[in-house]
Amino acid sequence: MTINALNQNGFQREQMPCLTKMERMIVAMQDPDMGMKMRNQRLLITVIPHAMTGIDIVEWLIQKYSICEEEALHLGNLLVKFGYIYPLREPRNLCLKPDESPYRFQTPYYWTTTCWPATELDYAIYLAKKNIRKQGELIEYEKESYNALHKRINHTWDFVVMQAREQLRASKQRRKADRIVLECQEQAYWLVNRPPPGVMNVLEQGPERKNNLNTRVQLNAEFYKKEIEQNRRGIGRNRVKSSICLESFVKFCEQYQAHDPIMQGSLPSNPWITDDIMFWNMNSDTVAMPTKLRVERWSFSFMELLNDPLGRKELLRYLEKEFSAENLCFWQACEDVRHGETSKIPEKVDEVYKQFLAPGASRWVNIDSKTMEKTLEGIKRPHRFVLDDAQLHIYFLMKKDSYPRYLKSDLYKNLLAKAIVPQETKKSVFPFMRRQRHSSPSPALVPSGGEDDGKAKSSGAAPTKINSSS
Amino acid sequence: MGEMDQMKKEAEGLKSQIEAARKAAADTTLADAASGVAPAPRVQLKTRKTLKGHLAKIYAMHWATDCRLMVSASQDGKLIIWDAFSGNKINAVPLKSSWVMTCAYAPSGNLVASGGLDNMCTVYNLKTPVVKTVKELDAHTGYLSCARFLSDTEILTASGDTTCALWDIETGKQKTVFLNHVGDCMCLALSPDMNMFISGACDSLAKLWDIRDGTCKQTFQGHTSDINAISFFPSGNAVVTGSDDCTCKMYDLRSDQEVISYQDAQLNSGVTSLALSVSGRLIFAGYDDFNCNIWDSLKGEKVGVLSGHDNRVSCTGVPQDGMCVCTGSWDSFLKIWN
Repeated sequence: MTINALNQNGFQREQMPCLTKMERMIVAMQDPDMGMKMRNQRLLITVIPHAMTGIDIVEWLIQKYSICEEEALHLGNLLVKFGYIYPLREPRNLCLKPDESPYRFQTPYYWTTTCWPATELDYAIYLAKKNIRKQGELIEYEKESYNALHKRINHTWDFVVMQAREQLRASKQRRKADRIVLECQEQAYWLVNRPPPGVMNVLEQGPERKNNLNTRVQLNAEFYKKEIEQNRRGIGRNRVKSSICLESFVKFCEQYQAHDPIMQGSLPSNPWITDDIMFWNMNSDTVAMPTKLRVERWSFSFMELLNDPLGRKELLRYLEKEFSAENLCFWQACEDVRHGETSKIPEKVDEVYKQFLAPGASRWVNIDSKTMEKTLEGIKRPHRFVLDDAQLHIYFLMKKDSYPRYLKSDLYKNLLAKAIVPQETKKSVFPFMRRQRHSSPSPALVPSGGEDDGKAKSSGAAPTKINSSS
Repeated sequence: MGEMDQMKKEAEGLKSQIEAARKAAADTTLADAASGVAPAPRVQLKTRKTLKGHLAKIYAMHWATDCRLMVSASQDGKLIIWDAFSGNKINAVPLKSSWVMTCAYAPSGNLVASGGLDNMCTVYNLKTPVVKTVKELDAHTGYLSCARFLSDTEILTASGDTTCALWDIETGKQKTVFLNHVGDCMCLALSPDMNMFISGACDSLAKLWDIRDGTCKQTFQGHTSDINAISFFPSGNAVVTGSDDCTCKMYDLRSDQEVISYQDAQLNSGVTSLALSVSGRLIFAGYDDFNCNIWDSLKGEKVGVLSGHDNRVSCTGVPQDGMCVCTGSWDSFLKIWN
């Protein structure tokens, strides 16, 4: 996300909200009364104060949040990965081990929440310190970073080395135990902010983005001229009254509710819940008898009918009876030109001309003379959209004339009557144990008159009687 | 500079006139129009499947039209084609550049595409014995944030160079370039009738384009930060957007204005992705705070949450049959909910 989180209209977007939550948890862990019990840990010959074991952390989380061990381990791991707790043994392996491994809280100075920008300069100073302290202490990837930084910020290198030396000198004046603690803290901080290769960078937010404030588009006179032109057109546009538009959304949701499996379940069952693919089989393109819901949907809009291959087949059957099948065939041929391979366009357009548009063609389509003239002119230089106008004309012809008549036809009505209403899958392993086969235990159903038994009975659905389970 | 300032002022003045015209058309609110509708009950979806296999952040996913297969892209440098139903990985396509930001499945099921910081959109053929690169579409001067197939021969892309483009896959050339945004384009969505598409960008605007003539037909404002996610309402008459300003908004195309804003005072993370259920009633929006919130599109209320990811939800998708929701996250897992 953009670093420039705009603060407009009072909406301050929080970067990485998980961090403040972790911080609260860490503070709770360090509460003198209810927090973790700390002890001194031996690290080789030195004693590190205020440390705890991995298992202590897990147990505290289980107790405090009443969660199971798996979740506690998971949470603890996140705390380590984001740098709020660090391991003393195997410092480069940022994970929580539920055993006697020692861990310590990171000092608030280094908390990730502070979003202190971990700059190249700071990293360079850190690596330089490591390098000076003990030659060869830098690991491979650190060596590479060090060399890369040396090249990139070479102009401030004297400053880097000077700072590193100063900091080392100051630290020598501390007690050994303190020094070790500070080194561990700093190391942990850099492991989070500059993870080794292969380790996921938890702080990465995606590439930097350009917006109005730092755009790459030239805001010149040309740009504003276009803006003005666009706005002028915008003023003149026709705006439909909100009442009409919003009403249509409400109606659409209502109409499609029975077809929305997440809102209202599906018959015979939702494959994702029951692992039974019957639903997909019953609704495939090549099924012999479609489901009632599917046939009903064809009546919602002409697009619904056309988008369903089975629907198109049925429409074709009807049109053949009416001797106007060439309209649908023409429409389909145009679709093929529009979405097919560019190289085949000229030959396809030619085919279309011969079959549908040429005077005396076997399947001549009835287009108005103006469109016909324009199309015939256009196909002299065929391109992907050359048949668009003609196609649109035929589309509207079918939509206004054939489609409504099809819906009133016996062909459609009979199909609707014969269409299948799937039985709810009743697969019982044991006769006395019925596994629940419809949507989630708390599906999103519209409650109707206090019925809360999880069955799909609502105004828009097909009039089916589903056997209720006890 | 006097002339430029004058033009700026003129453009602003025209904008206010447009706002006035919009107000005039607004004779009711969605709250009023939907007052008679029963509220959607609390939606409690469970995780039905968890797809494990990626080794790094998942940036994008897209369902195939058969509603069982899907493609996901991760910064581990792989595109994985899943049979989400069985959990099997059908294919793992290694990417030349691991900085991938988007992926797409062609409606035919034959092709997939990916793109990202390499500024290119690479199209792969899944039907050859070994997955092969069909074309590398290389003309954008910024990262590829989103791609969507129109067919096996055409694909739409949105890029960080502030443009969107329609490509001819066969020739590998851009057929139309859609120029109008001032900030990086982050997302795009095709209209149900495939004649238009909408794009969202870092200039906080959503724009509606005519695919055929390449012009911007409408511009929608209202967001105060980057628009990361965009989708059409299934009727094709409205657009839903999700933004870094922590809100989602619905814009109506015919009355040319914002209709409702989906926001909550306690939600202060940006929206990364969104998808609508088949009826359009439910909006599944993925946020930075690791959750996916479910909104009732008509009432503007939050009706559920999908919690389970360990990191930002980067992509959300509902298959064509609307049977479930898939969320992909930076925690490297994909979850199917229902």
